[in-house]
Amino acid sequence: MIKMFSLKQNCWFIRKVVIWRAVASIAWSVLLLPVTSAVFVLLSRFSLFHPIQWISECTSLLTASSTIFSLVVLCGVVLITGLFNLEFYTLVPSIPCSRMALLGTVLHPRQCVHSLVYCTMGMLVMWCASVTIGGRYSTLGIPCKQSESGEVVTCLNEYHLFLLLAGAFMGYSHSFLGVVKNMYYVSFQPIQQYKYPRFKGCLPMVVKCSVIQSLYSARNFAALYFFFGYVPKTWISSTLHLQIDSSLQPLDSLTGLLDFSLLYHLSISGTFLYFTWYLTVLLFRIYVTEAYSFPVQSTFTEDAEQCLPKVLAETNTLVMKFLALQDLALLSQHSLSRRLEVFSLSQPGGHPHNWNAISRECMSLLSELTQRLLAHQDAVASNGRVKSQSASIDTRSASSSSSGTEDVSETPRLSVPLRTPGSVFTSSVGGMHSALTAPFTPDVDSPFSSPAIRRLVGQQEPRSPWFGTVQSPHIMRRGPKLWSASTESQSNGSPPASPATVPSPPAANQKPSFLAQWLQNRREQVKSFLAKRVLIVYLFNKLPEASSQALFADSQAHIWALQGLSHLVAASFSEDQFGVVQTTLPSILSCLVVLLEAVDRHFKLPHASSKPVRTVCSMGDSTYKTLRFALRAALKTAIYKITTTFGEHLNAVNISTEHRKRLQQFLEFKE
Amino acid sequence: YGLLDEITNSAEEGMSLTHCNHAAFAVRRFSLWASSFHGSLFPHLTLSSDEMVAEFSQMLDWSDSALRSFAWHPHTDKFAVALLDDSIKIYKSNSSPTPTLKHRCQRSVCALQWKPLCGSALAVACQSCLLIWHVDPASLSTRPSSGCAQVLSHPGHSPITSIAWSPTGSLLVSASPVDTSMMVWDVAAESAVPLQRVGGGGVTYLSWSPDGSRLLAATPSALFRVWETRMWTCERWPCLKGSCQSACWSPDGGCLLLSMQGERVIYALTFSDLTGINNTYSSPVTAFFLMKNHLKQLFCPPFFSGSSFVLRAGDSQADNHPSVIAVFKTRSSPVFELLPCGFVMGEAGAEPRFMQFHPHFQHGALLTVCWSDGRISHVPFYFSSAGLLGGDSPQQALASNTTNPSSNKLYTEQIS
Repeated sequence: MIKMFSLKQNCWFIRKVVIWRAVASIAWSVLLLPVTSAVFVLLSRFSLFHPIQWISECTSLLTASSTIFSLVVLCGVVLITGLFNLEFYTLVPSIPCSRMALLGTVLHPRQCVHSLVYCTMGMLVMWCASVTIGGRYSTLGIPCKQSESGEVVTCLNEYHLFLLLAGAFMGYSHSFLGVVKNMYYVSFQPIQQYKYPRFKGCLPMVVKCSVIQSLYSARNFAALYFFFGYVPKTWISSTLHLQIDSSLQPLDSLTGLLDFSLLYHLSISGTFLYFTWYLTVLLFRIYVTEAYSFPVQSTFTEDAEQCLPKVLAETNTLVMKFLALQDLALLSQHSLSRRLEVFSLSQPGGHPHNWNAISRECMSLLSELTQRLLAHQDAVASNGRVKSQSASIDTRSASSSSSGTEDVSETPRLSVPLRTPGSVFTSSVGGMHSALTAPFTPDVDSPFSSPAIRRLVGQQEPRSPWFGTVQSPHIMRRGPKLWSASTESQSNGSPPASPATVPSPPAANQKPSFLAQWLQNRREQVKSFLAKRVLIVYLFNKLPEASSQALFADSQAHIWALQGLSHLVAASFSEDQFGVVQTTLPSILSCLVVLLEAVDRHFKLPHASSKPVRTVCSMGDSTYKTLRFALRAALKTAIYKITTTFGEHLNAVNISTEHRKRLQQFLEFKE
Repeated sequence: YGLLDEITNSAEEGMSLTHCNHAAFAVRRFSLWASSFHGSLFPHLTLSSDEMVAEFSQMLDWSDSALRSFAWHPHTDKFAVALLDDSIKIYKSNSSPTPTLKHRCQRSVCALQWKPLCGSALAVACQSCLLIWHVDPASLSTRPSSGCAQVLSHPGHSPITSIAWSPTGSLLVSASPVDTSMMVWDVAAESAVPLQRVGGGGVTYLSWSPDGSRLLAATPSALFRVWETRMWTCERWPCLKGSCQSACWSPDGGCLLLSMQGERVIYALTFSDLTGINNTYSSPVTAFFLMKNHLKQLFCPPFFSGSSFVLRAGDSQADNHPSVIAVFKTRSSPVFELLPCGFVMGEAGAEPRFMQFHPHFQHGALLTVCWSDGRISHVPFYFSSAGLLGGDSPQQALASNTTNPSSNKLYTEQIS
């Protein structure tokens, strides 16, 4: 964790902006804590028939020293939550492609630490809550009379224990759901709003989510306690030498649990607990996604690294890159003066450096996505061909080589994929579990079709299962195409196409020896044996549309790049005095059309165009599930924006005939 | 009541079911009482859903009109018409098949709008939800399946009476008279951002300025708001009397014309600063035309920088005055001006119900009018000179061309 902190802090943007935003969000969460605590006190002591007594009790309680102490503890909890938010947040969600991968994520050491800390924090908050509620909940030990001797001893207060355990349970479920529902994924809103209106608008949603979540957790915890409640009870009472009061009704029985006031207090405290955490998450999201205005150009050279063209090219700091792209999209739509700066020429020399850098960066982003999609399609297509037993080597190599050369020619500059910094965690998980999952890369349609075909697969792709990550199995199953493309790109002196190619074994291109063949066959046998077990299939079966979601996980960046490019190009029609955009217009258009073709083909794949199920209400953001649709819509809109602005003038632009045909469709509004 | 349902659902295990049900029941009663109290503040909330749609639809006499809504495509020669039986037909200029759109959620269609910068997407405001149809222009099918439609809904946000696409086609805003927040939809992602302002009791009519920088939101009360769409803050405009019925923007987005309920005046708001954030407004009323009847609809064609038209439909109950459409020339260049130009009348007995300009008619302006007898007619105006300065009026064509087979002649009259 510390290492990651130091790595992140190298960037000026993290140091100067993100840290301060996080601090501000934590400060606000701490400031809001007394308010939520007061509401909690009011609700927990609620009595319908004695309103005056209720109010006076609450006011005296709010000024009591125990409440102040609880507040201090809660502040600590909020601080730790805020630090975890800052540490764990990600702009690119990690999308596990199988249940096994999900399990791996949940059991990862880092996640275990997270769960442990959240359990502790949950217990702390619940302790504060039980002290605040008072009455029978306040302490762990209570004096009680033993039935036979009549002497007073300290007994275990089961109500207090119940609440503490509920806190731990809720803490764990929060941490668990955080992984499953991508709680730390921070998405950007489609519209810009000031922080306060946005907070106000989101507040009802947060309240609703915390109430619902708390009710679910209370139900689950009550069920759990009903069955296993005696274990912690006896353990605590034996370690702390507390007696169990036999005169009281034990709570792990049906009559003990059907206590309305207990359940009310449980759900109220649970709501308070979740609300504290969710509020911190919400404030952090609002602060981090606030638009940041980067200068387009600066007069001082020391500020050059903070200017938009430089910042866009940055790949290590994902937040900065995203905010820069967002800023680009905003300036292209709303700010005339900043657009003029983009179109301006450099003072000595007269080169359009700003426009060149910005357009190059956007186009390399888009072509990187194109490549990713093509690679995925190749992987799926080669699987299909093998399955239909019509795997003729020559056609495949021909197609792969042609597409490979096409890749290289289309993309003058291969960029390093965006996903690396955001998901260090997941990639390490992938590395750990790839050995487990790699032999099981079943197809979407028929996971384990027949042994004969699988043997064929094994012989034809003897190396493919050995590398790759869980995060991106599509790259793993790329087969010969991947290999040729990556070697080509390496020979061209550009960085490798994907991180997955790096750890590939050196013996990949060698012919499989007899031993390897035998091993291969054994492996296939083991695989077919395991494939018949239901649990294994359940765990390793690929989740539908997960690979599609994973492909478009960072597409918010592409959407902004598309918006920024198209609006800048459209604005250049009237605002570009020196014609700097004209020189890049053909490459921009062909880049967009190539991407459109790739996206169109992607949506023809199974599961790619199926809509995800709507989640009713949760703090976890599920916008990443629909990013591919948003990207397709943004792409078409971008092309339309350019074609409607330029109209017939597009005929004078030098692009290939196929692309011109496609653009003609757009000119006639037939898309 | 999603929350209450959740409460009752999660109460199943281990919880005292009866208590929860009682609580839920009490909350329901309370909310009913609260809504009735609210209804006395805002009388429109006592209307039924259909009555509300009829009240706030841009189509006059929506409930007995054969045509429920109409929309030109912003870029091509095609339009969509919603009919009384809740189906939508799409007509194109070149005799290709006319697709009929039907969906089980598609009831009481109140508004239609094509997505700008897109060839296929059509947003439909229905009673319970918002439908986005994706009608492939190249396909020859006459009955696109309901799989082509996206259903967007939000609890408490129905019936939807007005929708507005942003001119860049990236956002869609929908409004409901019962919901104080309007929804800003990211349609592809099917996610909505609610923008809530409590005053006014709901939002009835939305209109996005052609340059995309502002959005008008009218409420059922005597109040309307103008949102700026960069940071989504709004300005409140309490009206003098009555609610805002209809509005239109000048093509450059600098001027907004409004008609109020029960008033025979067109108000104009001029936005002096077009690009900045801190807007200062000039005095609100610059144009005033006293007419016999109150105004219902206003439309500007979004073209020709110098000149445009504002139209007015009067629904006159007065005996000798058939409903007419008044045509004005407008000029925005030095100061905003409205010059009366002429009237468009229908057949005897036919009243105009809805009208819209063709968004990009090459030779002048093309006004499409939906009449009370179910006809749609197109009235072309040919400009004699491009400038139109000095008050010389455009030549109006005497006959109307229609794409509908049941076309008829219109009686037009020239005044200026």
